[in-house]
Amino acid sequence: MSYDRAITVFSPDGHLFQVEYAQEAVKKGSTSVGARGKNVVVLGVEKKSVAKLQDDRTVRKICALDDNVFMAFAGLTADARIVINRARVECQSHRLTVEDPVTVEYITRYISNIKQRYTQSNGRRPFGISSLIVGFDFDGTPRLYQTDPSGTYHAWKANAIGRSAKTVREFLEKNYKEEDMESDTETVKLVIRSLLEVVQSGSKNIELAIMKYNEPLKILNQKEIENYVLDIEKEKEEAEKKKKKT
Amino acid sequence: MALASLLKSESADFSLRCERPFAFGAGWDQTELGFGTSAGDGLNFAVKAPLCAEDEDGPERKIEFLHGTTTLAFKFQHGVIVAVDSRATAGSYIASQTVKKVIEINPYLLGTMAGGAADCSFWERLLARQCRIYELRNKERISVAAASKLLANMVYQYKGMGLSMGTMVCGWDKRGPGLYYVDSEGNRICGDQFAVGSGSMYAYGVLDSGLRPDLSVEEACELGRRAIYQATYRDAYSGGTVNLYRVHSEGWEKVSQEDVLGLHLQYSSQTA
Repeated sequence: MSYDRAITVFSPDGHLFQVEYAQEAVKKGSTSVGARGKNVVVLGVEKKSVAKLQDDRTVRKICALDDNVFMAFAGLTADARIVINRARVECQSHRLTVEDPVTVEYITRYISNIKQRYTQSNGRRPFGISSLIVGFDFDGTPRLYQTDPSGTYHAWKANAIGRSAKTVREFLEKNYKEEDMESDTETVKLVIRSLLEVVQSGSKNIELAIMKYNEPLKILNQKEIENYVLDIEKEKEEAEKKKKKT
Repeated sequence: MALASLLKSESADFSLRCERPFAFGAGWDQTELGFGTSAGDGLNFAVKAPLCAEDEDGPERKIEFLHGTTTLAFKFQHGVIVAVDSRATAGSYIASQTVKKVIEINPYLLGTMAGGAADCSFWERLLARQCRIYELRNKERISVAAASKLLANMVYQYKGMGLSMGTMVCGWDKRGPGLYYVDSEGNRICGDQFAVGSGSMYAYGVLDSGLRPDLSVEEACELGRRAIYQATYRDAYSGGTVNLYRVHSEGWEKVSQEDVLGLHLQYSSQTA
């Protein structure tokens, strides 16, 4: 008997197959990378190539949930839309009942609760998205959280989801340096470098967003990304020259 | 926004409000669009809540809940002073002289009681439960604004059903001292000083003339005590003992509990 039909059925060895299949769907989505610096949070996503006649401004994978929180996702775009809508409403409800903006942890917990509920009711399937939720709390602390279809969430210093997430994560583990995170540009460069590892055809397919405490979200335009990429290539050349010398 | 429309209604408009402010999950009133609001929705500090029989439950509404009490609270530089009397009356019969009108919601939040004793203590206990759940879920103390909002939203769902509660939620959170007045009409107001009950006017007189920005702890306590004493002196429905609390950054503490007769002798010997 196959145990993967209904979401509410455990397999004999303790798996919820539908949830695991949802995670497979996430692995097919385009890559998203997030990093948390000391004073800045950065999200970068791989832009899927658009058809010639498509207006590419309508494809936005980085969405604001409130003034102080935004998120990127990997997986089924339609599922993400629902989750984002609910999260946006909850951010405003929180402001109404508690007279304070949400903390990043609160809204992450809320989203994870929704996702978990869908793994435990019949007639529904889990959401096929993982999300990276970034932002600043009321007191200025930067935060980065990741959720997945099972409804678990964790805090990260830097993480990647979607296609080739594993490769990117390994790159981040190797190259994440605490001192670098003090500088905003270094944090941005880390995200761009990690995306360049897996994105074909370079900076044209990268979308980047930066957020500083008490400032609105800033989505970098093509030129600015180009500048960072040029910097990165220069640094790479210098590092190679140094290696050749020694 | 719901709070804005509540504040608007309590300023000058005593006409029947036809549009209802948004209420969370208030399912019970969906069949009564526009009804269930009593005329004279103004801020009811003193005596009778004018419960006109606009509702179906006519005879019940005529029971007048006299807010027979004096409670006050005011912010000053070292926190919030909360002072209350302790008399409970049923008509002209003094039911008790030793009622605890300050409800200890949690170690850093206080609520006062005016109106129906059962309503106040029940809803504030429910508020204590909600505050504790908030603390556990969010790993930080609830703010005074949020606690008072929770209480206001809870009782708003029962608006028009005869609840009688006029309470002040006092505490200290990361924004500093907090003081909110919440009542069963749905008012929720932030302020620096409030007095609630039948003796509130007398208390305001003393409070307003003695309040200064540079009060020391001792002076503020004495001001609160004197204000309640003067109210008990003139208001028949207030008396008993004066219970005085102070809320500071570490939480609340009970400062004193003094019988009104003792205070009377003390003050008259001072002036003599």
